[in-house]
Amino acid sequence: MNTTIVLFLLQDGITNGAIYALLGLALVLVFAVTRVILIPQGEFVTYGALTYATLASGQVPGTAHLVLAMGIAAFGLDLLMRRRTLRLGSVGRSLAINIILPAAILALTLALTGKETPIAINIALSLLIVGAIGLFLYRIAFAPIAHTSVLVLLIAAVGCHLALQGIGLVFFGAEGQRGPPLSNAAFTIAPLRFSGQSIAVYAVTLALIAGLWLLFSFTLYGKALRATAVNRLGARLVGIRTAMSGQIAFLLAAVIGAISGILIVPITTLYYDTGFLIGLKGFVAAIIGGLVSYPLTAVAALFVGIIEAFSSFYASNFKEVIVFALIIPVLLWRSLATPAADEEDD
Amino acid sequence: MSALLRVSDAHIAYGKVEAVRGASLDVAANEIVTIVGANGAGKTTLLNAIMGILPLKGGASFAGIDLARLEIEDRVVAGLSLVPEHRELFAAMGVEDNLRLGAFRIGKAVAAHALERVYTLFPRLKERRLQLAGTLSGGEQQMLAMGRALMGSPKLLMLDEPSLGLAPIIVADIFRTISELRAGGVSVLLVEQNAKAALQIADRAYVMELGEFVLQGSAKDVAGDARVAASYLGV
Amino acid sequence: MRQRLPVILFALVMAAVPFIPGMPPFWIVLLDNIGLSALVAMGLVLLTGVGGLTSFGQAAFCGFGAYTTAVLTTAYGVSPWLTLPLSLLVSGLFAVVLGIVTVRLSGHYLPLGTIAWGLGLFYLFSKLEFLGRNDGISQIPPLAIGSLKMIAPDTIYFAIWAAVILCASLTMNLLDSRTGRAIRALRRGHVAAEAFGIKPPQAKLLVFIYAAVLAGLSGWLYAHFQRAVNPTPFGAEAGIEYLFVAVIGGAGYVWGGVLGAAIAVILKEVLQDYLPYLLHSESQLETIVFGMLLVLLLQLAPGGVWPWLMRRLPLRPDRKRADPSLVLPPRERPAAASGTLLRIEHARKQFGGVVAVNDVSFGVDAREIVALIGPNGAGKSTTFNLITGVLSASAGTISLLGRTLRGASPQDITQLGVSRTFQHVKLIADMTVLENVAIGAHLRGNAGALASMLRLDRGDEARLLAEAARQIERVGLAGQAHMLAGSLSLGQQRIVEIARALCADPVLLLLDEPAAGLRHMEKQRLAALLRELRDGGMSVLLVEHDMGFVMNLADRVVVLDFGTKIAEGTPAAIKANPDVIRAYLGAVA
Repeated sequence: MNTTIVLFLLQDGITNGAIYALLGLALVLVFAVTRVILIPQGEFVTYGALTYATLASGQVPGTAHLVLAMGIAAFGLDLLMRRRTLRLGSVGRSLAINIILPAAILALTLALTGKETPIAINIALSLLIVGAIGLFLYRIAFAPIAHTSVLVLLIAAVGCHLALQGIGLVFFGAEGQRGPPLSNAAFTIAPLRFSGQSIAVYAVTLALIAGLWLLFSFTLYGKALRATAVNRLGARLVGIRTAMSGQIAFLLAAVIGAISGILIVPITTLYYDTGFLIGLKGFVAAIIGGLVSYPLTAVAALFVGIIEAFSSFYASNFKEVIVFALIIPVLLWRSLATPAADEEDD
Repeated sequence: MSALLRVSDAHIAYGKVEAVRGASLDVAANEIVTIVGANGAGKTTLLNAIMGILPLKGGASFAGIDLARLEIEDRVVAGLSLVPEHRELFAAMGVEDNLRLGAFRIGKAVAAHALERVYTLFPRLKERRLQLAGTLSGGEQQMLAMGRALMGSPKLLMLDEPSLGLAPIIVADIFRTISELRAGGVSVLLVEQNAKAALQIADRAYVMELGEFVLQGSAKDVAGDARVAASYLGV
Repeated sequence: MRQRLPVILFALVMAAVPFIPGMPPFWIVLLDNIGLSALVAMGLVLLTGVGGLTSFGQAAFCGFGAYTTAVLTTAYGVSPWLTLPLSLLVSGLFAVVLGIVTVRLSGHYLPLGTIAWGLGLFYLFSKLEFLGRNDGISQIPPLAIGSLKMIAPDTIYFAIWAAVILCASLTMNLLDSRTGRAIRALRRGHVAAEAFGIKPPQAKLLVFIYAAVLAGLSGWLYAHFQRAVNPTPFGAEAGIEYLFVAVIGGAGYVWGGVLGAAIAVILKEVLQDYLPYLLHSESQLETIVFGMLLVLLLQLAPGGVWPWLMRRLPLRPDRKRADPSLVLPPRERPAAASGTLLRIEHARKQFGGVVAVNDVSFGVDAREIVALIGPNGAGKSTTFNLITGVLSASAGTISLLGRTLRGASPQDITQLGVSRTFQHVKLIADMTVLENVAIGAHLRGNAGALASMLRLDRGDEARLLAEAARQIERVGLAGQAHMLAGSLSLGQQRIVEIARALCADPVLLLLDEPAAGLRHMEKQRLAALLRELRDGGMSVLLVEHDMGFVMNLADRVVVLDFGTKIAEGTPAAIKANPDVIRAYLGAVA
């Protein structure tokens, strides 16, 4: 085996692995707080990437309109669910979050879109749009069934994935897109060439992991999110709104997904359905991490990226087979290591 | 004097089985009220329904507010607090984090003051402030659960079996603290298997059997009732 | 026979459909697709709805069935009928391999695992040379009987629907049997199942294989219907769709699977046909609507359409009757080695730093009622779990009839004649009292899954039900035998648990708070029953808080406090013991 090839594959694997790590962390976060296995995580990636690419080409992305549509649905749901305990204050708050916020995002997008818009503004708009979609997705699809079993939530997640992927096709078409890189700089160390984009991938991944760590360790809101994950009833008993925690978790997951998308869309062409596969690889990492451990998930994600890079070089036909088969020995080990818990149907 | 908590003709069901059938109860400000009864009589069910964990059919109001209008989280803000039978601590988090989260809905300044007070009440918690809640002993966990509930500065504290699984000496400690709380202006609704201890510190008592209150009155009268003595006091 | 009538009617109607004059051929194609989908969904009903195991990977098993016959018939010229058993075998074998890896996984790991291998297998199908890669395999020969080739949709229609109706009947037979009850008990957690000798891993593997074989059958039919296969219909999306089909129909009901398939297939067709007109767009709008409907359905009718429909029909399912003349022979009992039935010596159980049971010793003699009392949290339930093998002791020995129970599984201990009830009732709420109690006799029957499907188990089954009915009568609930267990009061449910325990024909009965939630008269009846059992030769060990009940019933009382035995003796001696009064009856001096 040639050292240059090994180094090159390692570099490739680590870059992809960093992305999988971000997605894996988001999946763990969402699962811990809401018990939802976030199959539509991949759609957040696609939406982030393609919204960004569309904005960069000077057009208004359909997702900006979707935000308002989802906001209106969420507002309607709010009114319907609280019809018996309606008070002016709560209606006002609901109006602000569900109607005014998305309307403002849409207006901002319409006002700022143009060929000359700086990359930073396009990124900010993309994150706003996809973040808001995440927020409303929880409100519409999951909050009403938050008390049901993991299975029901999982099936709902699959439904969301189907709907969002279909909507993605409507907005972005079947053609693949690429977006402008964050930086065109590049430098070379020995045989390896590092592009500014790949450096950005590493830097952003590390920054996000550090940010999440700070959030969960040092802020009361972060601790409230953890508390929701550790003990839902306990959290409600101290007044933490678990529905709010769920929305925040979805918001974070959507933003993380969108960032991942924006990071990779300059490197690879993304189609409306590419996100699903990328998300699932983050998923493999999250499962290896047992859906609870953040560090284990991050390490597993790098491992998945590297395995993928090597198998695409040596057995490119079976790349996906190998990546998804990785999970089997892990599951086997888990099933042997941990005795089955006595579960009761809820 | 108007009641702080008033429950009238409450019916509470688990699926098709009605566990509480037409219970009425009230707790005044600055009062310790206890509910005694056998396992499975419906005491825990009633507390959980007052807190909003289970749906309650009938009337329930707290400090003049109709409880039907409030979610669990809003009831906490209104000043109602439950220390549940299983304590429901954040096991994987530190003692002080648990306490601080108890004051999640209150301002920082008030929270700091509340923390001070809880540490005075339970010095043991201060010693263990960085330890994970899940690694505490049973008695310390009970203290932490009570401390966390007190961090929210409740008007009424509902305690479900605080003596569960605790050594007699610690039980005595916990009960002494309950009496102290009342002195500090907190009302207490206490569900307890240890009827004798509960009746000693309570002002009033209700006896629950098969989801209905069969007897109520001053704690002294209830403790003196022949039936209660036979069933719960082992006399 | 009355039970069979709707099925026969349905079969007749389905058989007549192709002969309706003017029937559009396209509708027959839809019906074919519904049948294919229904077969897979039926497997999922058993796996997910009844057994509580969720699989997103069923499409892959269709793939095994379809590719097996495709390869064998095209490359090797094997007759399609010969490939049928092989297709089922291949699906079944892969199910064994994947099942051993996955069914032991708890909770959400299982569905996640199935998504992963579902995807992996899809890529495998699309990359393997001998499976034709992405293009698949075409020119598969049609099914043929003599000179009749089943090429047209309205001829293979009969093969598909014969399979659907046959499999539905077999599946319903299976559910209505000893094995079926074991499968239905899985959802209630493994502790209750194991307490009556059910082996959850085996039962789970069984339903997993069964569902895979049904999917394989669907795949085999699909291959000969389309006469070509490619990887697309066996991918993850298809696997998701099958689960959707089962959930809309009503995941707990065999006919829910068929109904769900009908709804899903027709819905997709309608959406594909009309949405583009409605919205003037070329895109795949049906996926969007499909996804949204799935989310909406879960919010509005999480139980599915079938149970919703059944509640609105006047039909009431036939409750089975037990024939009281049948007798189940008593279990073989291990010979008693000494006078003491159960002996606990220096038992200790530690959870982390907490000692729940500390050096506890006591015994239960033959024909004796022993009560274990103590405050909540004193270690009584832990002691029960040590005796029944749910937990293993950290130190000390527990022996039954002179045999040490170290390392014995709950099933072994049940086999030795120890039977129990639970503090938190563990009945299956949507099964009748009779069926719940019959689970207690699980080890006294021997009919297997295959015999049950083919109804060769009727003799065995009738004896089990007769025994269950007898025990229900014995505990005084004969009037409630055909009610759903979940509709009884909590106190009555406890009594049902006692009947279930008695059904195992035990030598030692362990009762965890049997009197909680009972009225005064019911308590007296229970006490009388327990005395009668004792006089009949059984021993009883019970945990109970109601002092009046305990002191009037028990021959001997053991008092635990803080995991330690603080006293043992006759009720009179215990009442007078100052240590007991101090520990148990109040700590505040």
